[in-house]
Amino acid sequence: MAETHSLQDLRQQAAIASKVFIQRDYTSGTICKFQTKFPTELEARIEKQQFEETIQTLNNLYAEAEKLGGKSYLEGCLACLTAYTIFLCMETHYEKVLKKIAKYIQEQNEKVYAPLGLLLTDPIERGLRVVEITIFEDRSIGSR
Amino acid sequence: MKNCEYQQIDPRTLGTPASTPSSTLPCAKKSSHRPRRKWEVFPGRNRFYCDGRIIVARQCGVLPLTLGLILFTSGLFFVFDCPFLVAHLTVCIPVIAGVLFLFVVINLLQTSFTDPGILPRALPEEAADIERQIDNSGSGTYRPPPRTKEILINGQVVKLKYCFTCKMFRPPRTSHCSLCDNCVERFDHHCPWVGNCVGKRNYRFFYTFIVSLSFLTSFIFGCVITHLTLRSQGGRGFIQALQESPASVVELVVCFFSIWSILGLSGFHTYLVASNLTTNEDIKGSWSSKRGAEDSGNPYTYNSIFTNCCVVLCGPMAPSLIDRRGFLPPDVIPQTVNSDTDLHPFMSKNDTNMCTQGTKELLESVAHSSLIRGTCTPAAPKTAPVTQESLLSTVSSTLSASSRPPPTGCSGRQARRPMDKSCPQRGSKRASLPTHKASFRLPSPPYSFSQSPLILSDAPDIGFISLT
Repeated sequence: MAETHSLQDLRQQAAIASKVFIQRDYTSGTICKFQTKFPTELEARIEKQQFEETIQTLNNLYAEAEKLGGKSYLEGCLACLTAYTIFLCMETHYEKVLKKIAKYIQEQNEKVYAPLGLLLTDPIERGLRVVEITIFEDRSIGSR
Repeated sequence: MKNCEYQQIDPRTLGTPASTPSSTLPCAKKSSHRPRRKWEVFPGRNRFYCDGRIIVARQCGVLPLTLGLILFTSGLFFVFDCPFLVAHLTVCIPVIAGVLFLFVVINLLQTSFTDPGILPRALPEEAADIERQIDNSGSGTYRPPPRTKEILINGQVVKLKYCFTCKMFRPPRTSHCSLCDNCVERFDHHCPWVGNCVGKRNYRFFYTFIVSLSFLTSFIFGCVITHLTLRSQGGRGFIQALQESPASVVELVVCFFSIWSILGLSGFHTYLVASNLTTNEDIKGSWSSKRGAEDSGNPYTYNSIFTNCCVVLCGPMAPSLIDRRGFLPPDVIPQTVNSDTDLHPFMSKNDTNMCTQGTKELLESVAHSSLIRGTCTPAAPKTAPVTQESLLSTVSSTLSASSRPPPTGCSGRQARRPMDKSCPQRGSKRASLPTHKASFRLPSPPYSFSQSPLILSDAPDIGFISLT
């Protein structure tokens, strides 16, 4: 089973240098989408392509959550007919995808970002406004 | 290292994974007080019940009256009219009325108790980052940094405004409700009848509520007329029928007066749903063609009535962004909007420009709000610094931040209908409050960094001048 450390243990080795905020991209309307522009602060830490891939996957996942189609309309109508009591028993489609997103971010953090001294924060914790990337000072030598 | 899961424990960061309260900290000791939930420190003007499960605006408006009227009228109908109608007509009548009544009440409660789509305020680092970007984009000391951002949505230029209270650029279609002191996504209006804002997450409940209420009032009205007509047959006369069934008279009066406004409101909102507009946008005329360019149309519409209806009413149910029931990390002092240290240099550059703009908008707002019997005061920055000189810039920047007339109550469109009778009372009550606060605030000492905690401790009282 995976060990769980708190980052506080690692604070002797890694302190927060700065945070980068990836803002929302509203060019397609009010759907949840983040800008894929590569921030300059991350240039030294991560490859542009890797970053863009992460953000693009996140955007795709959010698009899936907000997708309009037969399935979401059916869910909406069913909910309306049952006076929304159906949500006491089952999760909405959006919530299911949010769980998927949380899992994806955790996975990305473990595999890609933590080894580089970065940490992605799930946008839902920031009100879906920004993707917050915390940059840790690279004091630890054995992290890679 | 790759096998470890990292949990960030940083006192400066709020909103660490809510599912892991303090007990997972290796060095955490059980503090003497229980871990607090986020709703307990929520900065907006809301009230929470059932440990954060239910959210209402702090001013519940006339929700008890709405609920009372519905329960009372329906109760009278079931007790006094239904027995007669069941005996003379059909048992379907109370069944249909019962179903409609349930729909009305459930949707009303859903509208009132659901988070309308409140956006959590920006955390200090985020706010600082945004202001850094704003400062960078301005050139020279005399030109004020822009408080609006223009973006293209579906080829249409849309201005995003900076919200001083929430310290962020508001997403499109988001507006700051001054009564609840929150930015609400897809803000429609603040409805005093349901005691809550109507926004992205509860608009469908609100719409279903008013549509089912129109059906219910029409149905009760029709049934009562039928009842009285049947009773008056057999040579007894209408007046005698009225005397025999006084409850029916009460129902008739209530239904007669509410039908006009409710039906009108339903019709208006059906139009809004079909064109994917909000009351706020419609009243401001954001997308009407007379505002200028020919291509100024609603960028959010799907250009099909059916699609618009489906999207607005049956679209995916967005989650609540404010995480009311999440736990606060034990060592974090909630400091969402309290850092106005960043605001100070920002504000001081803007006096002259904002003053003139602000005065113009002040006059506009007064004219508009008196016209539509505005029930709301304008959005006010909760944490703006309050010096003598910056009070004026605060007001004017407030106005530019929410540069349009304040959002109105439900009956914004039908300002002259009977339903409005409660609104002026609210409006005048509301108007008296901020004037008092403004006068209280004027003699406050000059702003300084060190004084920020003092000013902000009673944040809701930060001075702003009423426009009504």
